[in-house]
Amino acid sequence: MCTAATEVRWRTKFGLRARPPHTRQRAMKSAVLVFPGINRERDMARALRLCAGSEPAMVWHTETSLPDGTDLVVLPGGFSYGDYLRCGAIAARAPIMDAVRAFAANGGLVLGICNGFQILCESGLLPGVLMRNAGLKFICKDAYIRVERADTPFTSGYTTGQVIRVPVAHGEGNYMADSETIARLEGERRILFRYTAPDGALSPEWNMNGSIYAIAGILNERGNVLGMMPHPENHVEPEIGLTDGRGLFAGLGHWLDGAH
Amino acid sequence: MIPNEPKTLEPEITPELIARHGLKPDEYERILALIGRTPTFTELGIFSAMWNEHCSYKSSKVHLKTLPVTGACVIQGPGENAGVVDIGDGLAAVFKMESHNHPSYIEPYQGATTGVGGILRDVFTMGARPIACMNSLSFGTPAHPKTRRLIAGVVAGVGGYGNSFGVPTVGGSVRFHKSYDGNNLVNAFALGLAETDKIFYAAASGVGMPIVYLGSKTGRDGMGGATMASAEFDEEAEAKRPTVQVGDPFAEKLLLEACLEIMAKGCVVAIQDMGAAGLTCSAVEMGAKGDLGVTLDLDKVPCRETGMTAYEMMLSESQERMLMVLEPSKREEAEAIFRKWGLDFAVVGETNPSKRFVVKRHGEVMADLPIKELGDEAPCYDRPHVPTAKPAVLHAADIEPPSSLARALETLIGTPDLCSKRWVWEQYDHVILGNTLQRPGGDAAVVRVNDGPKALAMTTDVTPRYCEADPFEGGKQAVAEAWRNLTAVGARPLAITDNLNFGNPEKPEIMGQLVDCIRGIGEACRALDFPVVSGNVSLYNETNGKGIQPTPTIGGVGLLDDFSRSATIGFKAENEVLLVLGEAGQGWLGQSLYLRDLCGREEGAPPPVDLAAERRTGNLVRTLIRERQVTAVHDVSDGGLLVTIAEMAIASGIGAHLDGSAAHGMPAHAFWFGEDQGRYVVTARADVAVAVETRARAAGVAVAHLGTTGGHTLTLPGEHAVQVATLQARHEQWLPAYMAGAAS
Repeated sequence: MCTAATEVRWRTKFGLRARPPHTRQRAMKSAVLVFPGINRERDMARALRLCAGSEPAMVWHTETSLPDGTDLVVLPGGFSYGDYLRCGAIAARAPIMDAVRAFAANGGLVLGICNGFQILCESGLLPGVLMRNAGLKFICKDAYIRVERADTPFTSGYTTGQVIRVPVAHGEGNYMADSETIARLEGERRILFRYTAPDGALSPEWNMNGSIYAIAGILNERGNVLGMMPHPENHVEPEIGLTDGRGLFAGLGHWLDGAH
Repeated sequence: MIPNEPKTLEPEITPELIARHGLKPDEYERILALIGRTPTFTELGIFSAMWNEHCSYKSSKVHLKTLPVTGACVIQGPGENAGVVDIGDGLAAVFKMESHNHPSYIEPYQGATTGVGGILRDVFTMGARPIACMNSLSFGTPAHPKTRRLIAGVVAGVGGYGNSFGVPTVGGSVRFHKSYDGNNLVNAFALGLAETDKIFYAAASGVGMPIVYLGSKTGRDGMGGATMASAEFDEEAEAKRPTVQVGDPFAEKLLLEACLEIMAKGCVVAIQDMGAAGLTCSAVEMGAKGDLGVTLDLDKVPCRETGMTAYEMMLSESQERMLMVLEPSKREEAEAIFRKWGLDFAVVGETNPSKRFVVKRHGEVMADLPIKELGDEAPCYDRPHVPTAKPAVLHAADIEPPSSLARALETLIGTPDLCSKRWVWEQYDHVILGNTLQRPGGDAAVVRVNDGPKALAMTTDVTPRYCEADPFEGGKQAVAEAWRNLTAVGARPLAITDNLNFGNPEKPEIMGQLVDCIRGIGEACRALDFPVVSGNVSLYNETNGKGIQPTPTIGGVGLLDDFSRSATIGFKAENEVLLVLGEAGQGWLGQSLYLRDLCGREEGAPPPVDLAAERRTGNLVRTLIRERQVTAVHDVSDGGLLVTIAEMAIASGIGAHLDGSAAHGMPAHAFWFGEDQGRYVVTARADVAVAVETRARAAGVAVAHLGTTGGHTLTLPGEHAVQVATLQARHEQWLPAYMAGAAS
């Protein structure tokens, strides 16, 4: 868990919005964006309901504003617009994305998973691109990812260095950016998750899609936008096998409550 | 009636043209007798679409009628888009399996995608949201120059469609045999969930009701696909590529959401997907089932290209399209929903009281046919058939034992048929929707129903080498194995869908295989209370006159009332007792994988299935799972006991000490590799094992000790210890290495 002190640093450094005190008694209000072809929006809604205690609003791509009081915007996985043209390229230009950009500029929390990560890259909210997997095949399997720092809104439910097991399911998750961008991501500690072996060691064998520096998830400069390829929303229930994904959603709820 | 030839220029009807439409001379005579005049070109196309084997089941119909199709759980049996079974709590499981063999050989990626797309559409047409897919794939020998490319294309296609559509592909099977060299099989299964009082059917009702075209636009792709799939292949098969449709999973995902939305809003009177034979088949079925005529104005059909003729539009198999009878008062609401999803919505016709199927283009009547007769009067053949000669029963003494049982196991576990298919299923999203309780690799896939505690189990099974040697026993075995696999995870088997893949039915020996397999399937279904609720027949799976091994794939579905009371194949702990439940049999090596893959002999009679014992043993196993008396369960199938145990060890990393005391003098290779049916290997805690044995004896089920779990090796008396890690490596090695280009 992150300490109150680190959280204060985050809030000051990145100018993140803490929730106004009068709203802290209610559950986190999240908005899940629905683009045509998105297909993990129900998985995401269930995870938010189970881990963060609230049903999200499902927001259609042609909307031009987010629901009032939104704390978290989620871009779920899937194949928006069939991944035609380029993964995420068409969705990035949907009407709702202007509202998302404004929300992010104002310090609001944005989480993009899988296709959502691709959309965030295409919309300029995150740097870099996601290329076809190094093996040129779709991969669905459990990945081990290492939490590089726990002092962020997205990882406050984990500890730094913790390895969590969550599935990946993508054909284009091979992260790449120019060397300057990569150096900045490293230097500013914006690489939030990396693919590793179960013991946390970096190894090409476990970096299944060939991402540069085994990058599985990155933050924007301000730290309020996260894009990641794996699907924590599919590992939130013991009956499905594992619950390593819970920390992300529970942590977000906790962080938003400012209850540290 | 068509008083004169339409002014639009259509080709003259000649014997060559008739033959090119796959219609035999006597079938053409039948058309003449039915309509009392020469058909127009468009009409000829419509007849060819309705009367080909694929759509009319003309060779199989008389035999399919013998199958049991009713049962306590059955809401809808064969004849609709998919079968429907009641799973309680007001919910129904809607499922079907269908082949896309010919297209997948011509163009593997698109053939496979459209196979998956078609079966998904069959399921959601009925008002069900798809929750799982599976597939059964049969390829030629690994050494055949085309096999690698076909596997790569088919697997990428199956994944490409299901992954994008957003349904988990949770299991399936992959096999190899030289008989599929020129004719691989792609059988796709889909299952959806619906509310029992909100099932949608194809039968139209009401006169003058608007008929609405939904989904993607019509193009010239897939023209005559169903007719192509009703003929044998030769060297020119690749030239048939234009008959293969092109899939668009994105459009299908939108179509799913839009259809479920208009169904929920009460806009739909009847609905039918456009699959094989497209607009023709869907319109005729809606009308014929509702005792109504249908008038279509093709000028209203949304087209992707200009200048399409009536003939082309009626035979196009463009994908992701639906036809529905609309509740007239809901037109604006329904149209708005489709526009929201960016899909076409066009009123293209209406129902008429005359029971005629009338097709208009540019104001001209291009076809005017009696709608009921188009389906009902299709040719129906009781084709001549001869039974397969019964092969001799082989005795273990006549089959060479291996120099070492352990080495034989190490080899078998890495053979193409027995090796891990991880390379395949890791390309399928099997976790989406967050309900996959048992992932691929077990006996049956298990998918939670909504938030539980119920779950559905599903499996696809067939052993083609058994079916070839003895079609009746093979048909029985395919059903029994599906029942057994569902039982092995703790599910109560409910019903099956059958996907019958055979060669040319005009050959009496092939027809004999079909007839006897169906007889065997029927016998097993009746004995196990496991009715057939949907299915599909694929004939003419031949290339250059050589047929495939008969492959009646069975898709079985079962119900778990509480998924926390289910079983998986992996050992759970050390020092547990390994038991085999079910009749020991005689160590049946005829048609076994030991005989085929280690001795190079495809011979003998296959193991018979004792259906009464099957039922007795299965019911006991299910009870033991429910009562948590057993910790791991795996049915004994391909490869026999030792392979079964090895798979349980591989799944867990835990080894076992085995003794051969239960062999009772049977030759060791027959005991360990014999494929006697109706058996399960289970583990139980040492303090519970005695109770399990007592229960088995009380239930009249044979039970025997095999050994104890523990350590990191499998040990057999007098043999070198086999490292579980070695077995795991061999199990995982072959397929990725082969696909990477290693020699087969």
